[in-house]
Amino acid sequence: MSESSTSKSMTHGEAGLTLVFSISALLCLFAAAKALDMAFAFHAALASAASLWAVFAIVNRYFDRPASLTPQEINGRPNYNLGPIKFSAAMSVIWGIAGFAVGLLIAAQLAWPALNFDLPWTSFGRLRPLHTSAVIFAFGGNVLIATSFYVVQKTCRTRLAGDLAPWFVVIGYNFFILIAGTGYLLGVTQSKEYAEPEWYADLWLTIVWVVYLLVFLVTIIKRKEPHIFVANWFYLAFIVTIAVLHLGNNPALPVSVFGSKSYIAWGGVQDAMFQWWYGHNAVGFFLTAGFLAIMYYFIPKRAERPVYSYRLSIIHFWAIIFLYIWAGPHHLHYTALPDWAQTLGMTFSIMLWMPSWGGMINGLMTLSGAWDKLRTDPVLRMLVVSVAFYGMATFEGPLMSIKVVNSLSHYTDWTIGHVHAGALGWVGFVSFGALYCLVPWLWDRKGLYSLKLVNWHFWIATIGIVLYISAMWVSGILQGLMWRAYTSLGFLEYSFIETVEAMHPFYIIRAAGGALFLIGSLIMAYNLWMTARVGEAEVQLRLALQPAE
Amino acid sequence: MKAILTVHNIASDFVTSFWTPVFVGIFIAIVTYALWPRNQAAFDEAAKMPLREE
Repeated sequence: MSESSTSKSMTHGEAGLTLVFSISALLCLFAAAKALDMAFAFHAALASAASLWAVFAIVNRYFDRPASLTPQEINGRPNYNLGPIKFSAAMSVIWGIAGFAVGLLIAAQLAWPALNFDLPWTSFGRLRPLHTSAVIFAFGGNVLIATSFYVVQKTCRTRLAGDLAPWFVVIGYNFFILIAGTGYLLGVTQSKEYAEPEWYADLWLTIVWVVYLLVFLVTIIKRKEPHIFVANWFYLAFIVTIAVLHLGNNPALPVSVFGSKSYIAWGGVQDAMFQWWYGHNAVGFFLTAGFLAIMYYFIPKRAERPVYSYRLSIIHFWAIIFLYIWAGPHHLHYTALPDWAQTLGMTFSIMLWMPSWGGMINGLMTLSGAWDKLRTDPVLRMLVVSVAFYGMATFEGPLMSIKVVNSLSHYTDWTIGHVHAGALGWVGFVSFGALYCLVPWLWDRKGLYSLKLVNWHFWIATIGIVLYISAMWVSGILQGLMWRAYTSLGFLEYSFIETVEAMHPFYIIRAAGGALFLIGSLIMAYNLWMTARVGEAEVQLRLALQPAE
Repeated sequence: MKAILTVHNIASDFVTSFWTPVFVGIFIAIVTYALWPRNQAAFDEAAKMPLREE
């Protein structure tokens, strides 16, 4: 009995993390007791419980595992680490449904304000960041972590670096989401768009993100393939840039280490500039570079065709890196930001047309010689339509960054429509396509449970997107024109409330579009669940119909 | 205030006079590398990477 256990000992990582989490459990409990506000007490207690759970999980895992660590290779083939990817993929579906559902609720609140229920926790102001963070960071973030961990292993032909580190990344990231999301509901926010989480959540995310970067980098460093595939470049740009943006936009001084409130280091127009340097590059490097990595791996894989032009992919990558980072000031046209900075932002936004469309063409043309698959494979169709939406949204974006266009579009629903063309059409569809590929691979199934259900998902969601964006175009332009309409005597023609009233029918259409998108995602969740549980339905049926021998 | 202005001037001089040509130079070098005829074969191989694995 004792012989086998004497040779077994904890790794430095296991012992170190057990110690760190034990201390953190105590410190967080102390912080919860000393807390100045209820939300901080709740979060500190949550962190204490999570730390305690982490200690038990690590120790349990240690007792359950054999003395030797998981081998890097089995029979000369890389022993890919799929556990954390499964976790992240499952979380992305759960958060996606939650995020879409909250989006539907706030869309309905705009049409029928009574749905705010007169409660602080369900008011539009708190639910809106919950929606944006749930769809961007919780749904999108988990898709990016899951696919990046998968793609980097497969294209480097090596097991993911680290033993506990990948688990730390996926669970730690989702714990950040939990803290951020519950914080919004309790009224904890630093009021920076897409960077609402307060200082302690930001600190935790920094730790998780650095570990994510290290896991990804070390996996690349120990690769068995000489060449680093282009998708990994995009993932790396996403991880590195998000780290820089997060650090740049969030330096804050807490009022007390035992309270949730903090004040940001930047002031006035510098704060605004930092915020939109962050905000726009979150679009550029989270919602674009990361998902372009998905495009460059999953479309060739699904179409069984090589990348159309690898040269174009290199130019595409570097052009995006060099241009995107300057585009942020277009969010601050006609503000206190210096005019030259506004013009700079506009100019770089227009230049982005080229790499964006270069990338779109590269994605679409990868189907050369495999166009017929669009008829038979709804997953590939979803991926390809996502690229088409990418092309559309990246055409519209530079257009809206032009100052005269922006003077009409800014602060109106046109912006919301534009964002959702990108978010639902591009990020949503490319993520769904990737999940439809990934789940059968991860759970070792021949195919999806039902392609017919993918088809239903595709069409219901597409109609939803079209309803959504066309309603927002009409309402946005209507809104913009009403705001700037003057009477012959030089008075504003419409009061603000009249413009709000005019939006009402479009808000209902938008909510209907959102409802369809949510229904589509529920169909996907069922399909993916059944794929993981039972595998391909047609195969099952054929087996069941086989006569007894 | 004066110190801040000086730092700002040095920084902006540096950005405008030095980084722009350097960034343009780096970008041109990357494009040249991507389009260099001798690299064609290696890139064609790389384009197939998602299909080769397992």
